[in-house]
Amino acid sequence: MKQKLFKQSVIPGFGVTLGFTLAYLGLIVLIPLSAVVWKTTDLTLAQFWATVSEPRVVASLKLSFGAALLAAGVNAFFGLILAWSLVRYSFPGKKIVDTLVDLPFALPTAVAGIALTAIYAKNGWLGQYLEPLGIKVAFTPIGIMIALIFIGLPFVVRTVQPVLEDLDKEIEEAAASLGANRAQAVFKVVLPIILPALLTGFALAFARAVGEYGSVIFIAGNLPMVSEIAPLMIITKLEQYDYSGATSIAVVMLFFSFILLLLVNTLQAWAAKRTGREL
Amino acid sequence: MAGGIATALGAKSIKVNQKINGATQESPWVRRVIIATGLVYFFLFLLLPLGAVFVEALRKGWDAYVAALIDPDALSAIKLTLIVAVVSVPMNLVFGVAAAWAITKFQFPGKRLLITMIDLPFSVSPVIAGLIFVLVFGAQGWFGSYFLDNNVKIIFAVPGILLATIFVTFPFVARELIPLMEAQGKEEEEAAIVLGARGWQVFRYVTMPNILWGVIYGVVLCNARAMGEFGAVSVVSGHIRGETNSMPLHVEILYNEYNFAAAFAVASLLAVLALVTLLIKTFVEWKAARVNAELKED
Repeated sequence: MKQKLFKQSVIPGFGVTLGFTLAYLGLIVLIPLSAVVWKTTDLTLAQFWATVSEPRVVASLKLSFGAALLAAGVNAFFGLILAWSLVRYSFPGKKIVDTLVDLPFALPTAVAGIALTAIYAKNGWLGQYLEPLGIKVAFTPIGIMIALIFIGLPFVVRTVQPVLEDLDKEIEEAAASLGANRAQAVFKVVLPIILPALLTGFALAFARAVGEYGSVIFIAGNLPMVSEIAPLMIITKLEQYDYSGATSIAVVMLFFSFILLLLVNTLQAWAAKRTGREL
Repeated sequence: MAGGIATALGAKSIKVNQKINGATQESPWVRRVIIATGLVYFFLFLLLPLGAVFVEALRKGWDAYVAALIDPDALSAIKLTLIVAVVSVPMNLVFGVAAAWAITKFQFPGKRLLITMIDLPFSVSPVIAGLIFVLVFGAQGWFGSYFLDNNVKIIFAVPGILLATIFVTFPFVARELIPLMEAQGKEEEEAAIVLGARGWQVFRYVTMPNILWGVIYGVVLCNARAMGEFGAVSVVSGHIRGETNSMPLHVEILYNEYNFAAAFAVASLLAVLALVTLLIKTFVEWKAARVNAELKED
C-alpha cells in the first residue's frame, strides 16, 4: 500500500520537508483559522442571524461584494486592453508600463489609500474638477470602487498576458485565410482561447477586492449604511468587544472566499486544458 | 547562414502579407485607440497615485520631509517594521523551500490539496487574518488566560504583529518556487545522488543554483508585503505609539491627525521600497530570460 501511494525516489529529504511543511502550515494557518470555526460553534443560530441580518452589516456586505464585482469587471475589460497593448503592439515607455503594472502588489495598501484620497478628495488633484460636475468620488461607493480597481489591476493583465504571448499567430492567419475579417478573428478565435485566463484574472481580482481594507478606508469616509465595507464592520465589532459579531461576519466572508478559491482552481484547470500550459 | 536568410525572407513575406491582408492585424487607428485606452487606464489608476505620494510628501519642502522621518515615533515605527521583516521573511523562506522540495521532488496523495492550503492566506481578508489571532491569543481567546497569567502579551504587542505578518506573507516564497522547481524536474538531483552526492550537497550544489533567482524574487515580494501589511497588523497592534506602531500604521495615525505632509513622507519610504521591489523583479526576469536563451543556444 505504502509503495503504491508514495512512489519511491532516490532523492532524500521527503520526510523532513513534508513534515516541516505540514507542521508549519498547521501552526501558522490551519489552527488559527479553525479558531473562527470554533468560535462560531459558540454561537446559536439566532445569535449568528441577529448579527448577519443587522441592516448596517447587510449594507456593508452588499457594498463589499458589489463594489468588488464592479471593480473586477472594470479590471477585466481594461486589463485585457492593456495586456493586448503590451503583447501585440510597441509604443514608447512599454517596458516601464510593463514593470509598473505590478505596483499594486508591492505598494502597501495604506499608501495607495492616502494617495488615492489625495487625488479624488473634493479639493484633490482630480476631485476639484469632478466636484463642480456633481461627481463625488471620495466618501462614496465610487471612491471604494476606485481603490478596488487599483489593487486588482495587475491580476487580469498578468493572467492574460502569458496566454496571449504563447498564442500562435498562425491561428489568426488561418482564420483570415478562411475569410474571417479582423473582428471575427479576434472575437471568435482569439477571445475564446484567452477566456479562461481572463475569467481567472477576474475571479482573483474579485476575491482580493472583497476582503480589501487598507486602501479603501481612507477614501471611503466610512459612513454607516453608505460607504462602510464589511472588513471595517469586523473591526468595529472587535473594538466593541463583540467577538461573536465579528466572527459571524468573518464566517460569511470566509465562506464566499472558499467558494471563490474553488472557482479559481477550476478555472485554472480549464485554462491549462484549453491552452496546454500550466498557469 | 542559409537559415538566417530563409528566416529573413520568411519574415519579409509575412510582413508583405500583413500589409495586403488587413485581417491578421488591426487597422492603425484601432491600434491607437486600444493603446491609448490602455495607457489612460494605466495612468489614472496607477501612475497618478504613485506620483501623488512623492509630490504630497515634498509639498512642505525638504526640511519638513526630513523632520517627519527623523521624528522619534517615525524612527521607532521604521525599527518595528524592520524587525517584523527580519523575523517573518526568513521563516517563510525556510518554509517555502521545504514545501517546494516536498511537493516537486516527490509523489504523494493530497498534493493538490496541500498546494491549495498553502495559497489559503491569499484568499483570506487581512482583517480576518488579524481576527483569527485575536480569537486564539486575545484575552478571551483559546490561550488568552494562560498567557495573561504568565504576563506574556501577544495581542496588542509585537508577537501578535509578527504572527499576523507571517500569516499574510506565508505563501509568497512557496508560490514562486513550486512552479519553477516543477518545470526543472528532478533528473539533475537524481543524477547527483547516483553519482554519490549527499542530500545537503545535492541541494547546495545542484538545486540552489537553479532556483536562486526564484528564491530572490519570492523573498523580495514577501519582504514588500511584510513591511507594508496594514489590515492584519492594524487589528492585532493596539496602535501604541513608539511600541506597536509599524510604518503603515504610523502613516494612518499621521493622516488621521491631518498631518498630511508627514504621512506622505513616511509613505514615500514605503513607495520607494515598492519601486525597488519592482526593479529587482524586472532584473530577475531579465536574468531568467537570458539563462533560457543560453540554454536554447546549447
